[in-house]
Amino acid sequence: MTLYLRLFFEFFKTGLFAVGGGMATLPFLYSMADRTGWFDTLQLADMIAVSESTPGPIGVNMATYVGFATGGVPGAIVATLGLVTPSLMVILIIARVLQAFRQNRYVDAAFYGLRPCSVGLIAAAGVLVVKIALFFPERFAQTGRVLDLFNFKALALAGVLLLLTRVVRPTKSLHPIVFILASAAAGVLLAF
Amino acid sequence: MKKLLQLFGAFARIGVMTFGGGYAMIPMLEREIVEKHGWASNEEIMDYYAVGQCTPGIIAVNTATFVGYSQAGAAGGIAATLGIVFPSLVIICVIAGILTNFADLPVVKSAFAGIRVCVCVLIFNAVTKLWKSAVKDKAALLLCLMVFVLSVFFSISPVVFVLLCATAGILLTQWGGRGK
Repeated sequence: MTLYLRLFFEFFKTGLFAVGGGMATLPFLYSMADRTGWFDTLQLADMIAVSESTPGPIGVNMATYVGFATGGVPGAIVATLGLVTPSLMVILIIARVLQAFRQNRYVDAAFYGLRPCSVGLIAAAGVLVVKIALFFPERFAQTGRVLDLFNFKALALAGVLLLLTRVVRPTKSLHPIVFILASAAAGVLLAF
Repeated sequence: MKKLLQLFGAFARIGVMTFGGGYAMIPMLEREIVEKHGWASNEEIMDYYAVGQCTPGIIAVNTATFVGYSQAGAAGGIAATLGIVFPSLVIICVIAGILTNFADLPVVKSAFAGIRVCVCVLIFNAVTKLWKSAVKDKAALLLCLMVFVLSVFFSISPVVFVLLCATAGILLTQWGGRGK
């Protein structure tokens, strides 16, 4: 029972403080992994991939996945409800004063600080994924050889993906699922 | 009651048809809410979406709550919200259940090692996209870099950064003449 209460509370907090949608819940999930030990950063990276390639808002999918991994189907339900409860509460309160809220200069001003904050937090969470996906920190710690630090296959794949998602015109606008599936195939074929 | 079921159904359909949330859901919102049910106009949908972006929580959930509330009060807000999360709950539980059974297969491990590389690139792309709309002057740049460096090197809760940056935003705009 206490597990479910903690799950609800953790996701309530995430729903209340994650601003900007999509990847905005990511830093909260990493901090959760750090403190609770419910799942590790490796699992979290896989959850992001599954959440991106299945229907539904990414933030909701990630909450459901983490909840499921931590406490089965009841865990998934509790985590998801925890995530949406703050939204419900806040919106039901401000729905009456919608226009006033949008035009409130303090709300505007707070967001002037919140947007760069969100970018910084997501980028920092990204560093954690980069560390496990493109490098071998453990192998390097064992051998001490600089060359052992780099996962060259993964770095090469990352380079190709960067080109395809940002530079090459015909592939740039393709949906992320395409790249996720292609990367899965590359992982299997090149024996990552 | 009929209205609540309609709201639940409409947002469950939007949830199923939207990959990724955010802007991806706008065309589906317009089809279901504006064209099919006439619950809101295109302008109202954009308004809801804009407020959804500047209230706490997932944008898709916030927008659902707004439309639901406007149609049937608090109960409508709850019905619409449950509708939008319902498909995720079912689909993710099924996939997660299957994956846990196969997670130890070497093929699955290699596939996910490849996928993780892709996740890096997707996060990087998300960050550069957000960067353009969020970091418009030196004060914002400084805030962003400070948050980044501090959260990479120390395990500080993101809540702390969110509260501090909201306060900094208000202080900078009110007394520093920033943000306009």
